[in-house]
Amino acid sequence: MNEFLIYSLITIAKIGVVFGLVIGSVPVVVLAERKLLGWMQVRPGPNRVGPWGLLQTLVDAAKVFFKENIIPDGVEPLTYRLAPILVITPVLISASVIPFGPPVTIAGREITLAIADFDLSLLFFFAVATLSVYGIVLAGWSSNNKWSLMGGLRSSAQMFSYEITLSLSIVGILLTSGTFRLTAIAAQQAGGFWHWNMFLQPLGFVLFLLAAIAEVNRTPFDLPEAESELTGGFHTEYSGMRFVMFYMSEYSSVFVMSSVIATLFLGGYNPPFPYTFGTSWFDGAIGLFWLLAKIGALVFFFIWLRGTLPRLRYDELMMLGWKILLPLAFLNLIVTAILVALNWPGWVLGLTGVAALIVTDLVVSQILWRRRRAAG
Amino acid sequence: MAEPASDILDLADGDAAALITTVERTYDNLEILRVNMGPQHPSTHGVLRVVLDLDGERVVRLRPVIGYLHSGKEKIAETKTYHQFIPYTDRIDYLAPMAYNTGYVMTVEKLLGIEVTERCAWLRTILCEMARISSHIVFYATHALELGATSPFMYGFRDRELLYDLFEEIAGARFTVSYMRIGGVRRDATDDWLAGVRKFCDYFPRALDEYEALLTQNEIFLQRTWNIGRISGDEAIALGLSGPSLRASGVAWDIRKSHPYLWYDQIEWNMAVEDAGDCYARYLVRMREMRESLRIIRQCLDRVPKGPVNIDNPKVMLPRREELRHSMEALIHHFLLVSEGFWPPAGEVYHAIEAPKGELGFYLVSDGTPKAYRLKIRAPSFCNLQSLDRMCRGALLADVVAIIGSLDIVMGDVDR
Repeated sequence: MNEFLIYSLITIAKIGVVFGLVIGSVPVVVLAERKLLGWMQVRPGPNRVGPWGLLQTLVDAAKVFFKENIIPDGVEPLTYRLAPILVITPVLISASVIPFGPPVTIAGREITLAIADFDLSLLFFFAVATLSVYGIVLAGWSSNNKWSLMGGLRSSAQMFSYEITLSLSIVGILLTSGTFRLTAIAAQQAGGFWHWNMFLQPLGFVLFLLAAIAEVNRTPFDLPEAESELTGGFHTEYSGMRFVMFYMSEYSSVFVMSSVIATLFLGGYNPPFPYTFGTSWFDGAIGLFWLLAKIGALVFFFIWLRGTLPRLRYDELMMLGWKILLPLAFLNLIVTAILVALNWPGWVLGLTGVAALIVTDLVVSQILWRRRRAAG
Repeated sequence: MAEPASDILDLADGDAAALITTVERTYDNLEILRVNMGPQHPSTHGVLRVVLDLDGERVVRLRPVIGYLHSGKEKIAETKTYHQFIPYTDRIDYLAPMAYNTGYVMTVEKLLGIEVTERCAWLRTILCEMARISSHIVFYATHALELGATSPFMYGFRDRELLYDLFEEIAGARFTVSYMRIGGVRRDATDDWLAGVRKFCDYFPRALDEYEALLTQNEIFLQRTWNIGRISGDEAIALGLSGPSLRASGVAWDIRKSHPYLWYDQIEWNMAVEDAGDCYARYLVRMREMRESLRIIRQCLDRVPKGPVNIDNPKVMLPRREELRHSMEALIHHFLLVSEGFWPPAGEVYHAIEAPKGELGFYLVSDGTPKAYRLKIRAPSFCNLQSLDRMCRGALLADVVAIIGSLDIVMGDVDR
């Protein structure tokens, strides 16, 4: 077999694995969300279809496949049809740069477990992932519905604001790791959980986490949908498969964003304690397991937030983004740059970040408290 | 002072054609987006329709459009005997039927000049306060849901079920209880039932702590409700606000205190009053009222006397079922009451009670026949809704949802 054919086969296999995971995660995450929210809210959650309700989302999906694709009067037909595709495609593409296991050696050939592994893979991720906002804005605009329009506008404003924080908060990692390559960033965090960037960049981690929640439109930042205000926001007018595409993109972007957070801050595929089985492909599988475990923990965190918090208001969201998160991201960048330039050890960096978080928390709550007390 | 009433109730240009117009250039050269919110909207408490004029996301003007749940209850009252109207009062504020039953039968009793038995009045006090708690639980649950928090909703409904179990045990129905009778109640409470209420009183404070842990100090909740939809005490009075929404504006007005009925003057309890007049204050008042209600119920339970629960007046009360088999007299009374009703004296009465949502008044005009000549229901939600426009001006779209939630209206009560 010639080299090109083998390379193609390997790549296709990797694509199969990644897209299988991303698409396959949707029913799992949806079911997990419904089950977990159910337990948090003292109710059983779905339990009718299949054993323990496991088939619920599959049945829902099948139902929705057979639903009519309604195109309401007065919509902009082209963009209305295009929007769901524009939302889901970037999510799927952005999944291509995520390393889902350590490099494995099979039959003397070293294989990197990421579909695309190149120097600017992190930038590529952000560049592509942001594109999905176009789909949301277009969906809101072309629906000929004022609620949808407001959802779309809110979404664009929110995305632009939080995109900046999202990107700035990882510059600290770029400084400490010295690379844009996701596989390299993941590989650097090998050797136990104390090597994870989370401890090197606590402030960056929290900022990234918050901005990521806003980026994937989850509670408490789910303003574009805001079912209790905007009756569903940008996807109000969608039905059938087009609605499913929005739905899938939301949940798969949760999965993809979690995997990026895991890769950047939680050691990616690296186990929390260093060990190796010696068998290369088995280590790869274990790496995938740990990545999925971390994604699972993050997804649980997202669901937990949804079960606990009310939704922020539009202007408060902007205030939080521009007045608190963004300055903090700059602070993080500057402090990290200085400490890296001085070549100080990592724990100083970590402690500074934790201190900054505590101080911010105190200052912000003080300001809010004072303002409330002054106004009576 | 408040906006002139004509402005608030101006529906002249509320016709369909004007509403379809999406963007129109109006006053101040603002680009006003007119949005129709409801009657099918997740946060309008059923079928409230609100026409919003928005500048961006800021509310320039708001007009509630009501009547989607209108069922002509006041008119129905003119075609039914006094007994027959009791089930209709369940459906006015369907979240607090016990209180509405009580308000109605007390009005008729006032017309007839009937004094109910001591035990009956204590029972009614307990049930009215239980209705208050169940209504405020729904306020808490839906208010949180409208602000995007889903869990408080389920917690609230979990605990309301306990109350509904108690209602079911005593009245036979969970939701539309129709429990009160003119001159008494449907059937007496057992000691088991009273013990069940006491058990609920022991349990519920913990649930309340849980509720408050979720929202009261929650920063996002504070941001969403604090200083939102503010209304001063004067304005609130001018717009006819009553109940918890009025007390949240610093006006110490509670009919249970100012015009005590039942046994409220015999019991130690405090009126919950807040000064701020914003959504947060309205929330706090209701949370505190639930604790006060528990206090009232506990005292009532200690003081419920033994003895008959219904008055001994066969001209008004239906005879007991067993008596029908033995007593010719009872059979005749039963026949007359069911086929014709009783003949009250001619005259008019007004009786108001403090329903969970505010002042509930029944103005009853009798011409001496078994059917009311006119029954006007002063529904608290309807009057409270007037202040919505005043509260929402200048607020953001998301605040409208918070303010509607904090007013705690029920459309059955608004439209009647």
